[in-house]
Amino acid sequence: MHEMSLAEGVLQLLEEQAETQRYHKVKQVWLNIGELAGVDVDALTFSLEVVCRDSLADGAVFHIVREPGRGWCLQCSREVELPTRYHGCPHCGRYQIQVTGGTDMRVGELEVE
Amino acid sequence: MCTDCGCGHDPLHAGGAPRRMRIELDILAKNNRLASDNRAWLAERGIFALNLVSSPGSGKTTLLTETIRQLDDTLVYVIEGDQQTDNDAQRIREAGAPAVQINTGKGCHLDAHMVGQALQSLNPSPSSLLLIENVGNLVCPASFDLGEAHKVVILSVTEGEDKPIKYPDMFAAADLMLLNKVDLLPYLDFDVDACIDYARRVNPNIQVLQVSARKGDGMDAWLDWLIKGMNRCQLASERDENSD
Repeated sequence: MHEMSLAEGVLQLLEEQAETQRYHKVKQVWLNIGELAGVDVDALTFSLEVVCRDSLADGAVFHIVREPGRGWCLQCSREVELPTRYHGCPHCGRYQIQVTGGTDMRVGELEVE
Repeated sequence: MCTDCGCGHDPLHAGGAPRRMRIELDILAKNNRLASDNRAWLAERGIFALNLVSSPGSGKTTLLTETIRQLDDTLVYVIEGDQQTDNDAQRIREAGAPAVQINTGKGCHLDAHMVGQALQSLNPSPSSLLLIENVGNLVCPASFDLGEAHKVVILSVTEGEDKPIKYPDMFAAADLMLLNKVDLLPYLDFDVDACIDYARRVNPNIQVLQVSARKGDGMDAWLDWLIKGMNRCQLASERDENSD
């Protein structure tokens, strides 16, 4: 379950930002997690709750914004939706697809005080 | 007065009312930074580093010991990742390569920080081969760059041929798939062509080699792949040295 490591990474970012952006409490966090990022959202939410206990983000609300998987079909020369990495092109049915989106994991926005 | 929302606080908003800010930072940024440091350290010394990933029991350690024995005039170093015990590092040392064991405890993958520390204690020689055996797990190690030149995924034919689509992230992250234990194919229902087709669905560029570490089938092609990679890596480091 690497979601625990990811949650620790999120808390570390929040702590580093607290120094430069001068806040002492995190109220809400918007995380952008791509559909192809290999993250189990329930496990991540659970891990965040655990690692943020007694920290500046204790009790913070985490919103997880999913970004759809996208790819470039080499056969059709166009961008296509890619719900999973093993889906074929919805137009030609082939698998010659380079992933172009949906793999990111970012802390997008914060509400702090 | 603050310029963001007009509240009465100082310009840096040091106290008081909640405020929203957009930061857009990669959650893996710290690991990626440390992985870049490892990559630069390895490149400077012309060391060819591979991150070997697979499920437990795919035959990774046997593949490593056989590789070390057969590359007898090449300097090979190994970083071993397991949750517990140093059994694998001992097997590697018996095969003749210096090895450092990392025990991740409850951790399910190696990260760039652990590998950076292991590099300091292992101190591999310039122009050598560094094999990093990740924790046996087809999920978590996919997301963590260690600074390697390539991820190599090992799949044994005693597992299902649909592993590449069941665990697509790992097969998408790898540049090479080694299909191991092919000497057992006559006794199994494993469909090699279907397996390779599945792997190419998630990663059209993945290279595939069929090997049996125990019996020796296909090992020449694997050793050849390693030596070519080492030569490329060494040339790149010499070029960088000359351009400095």
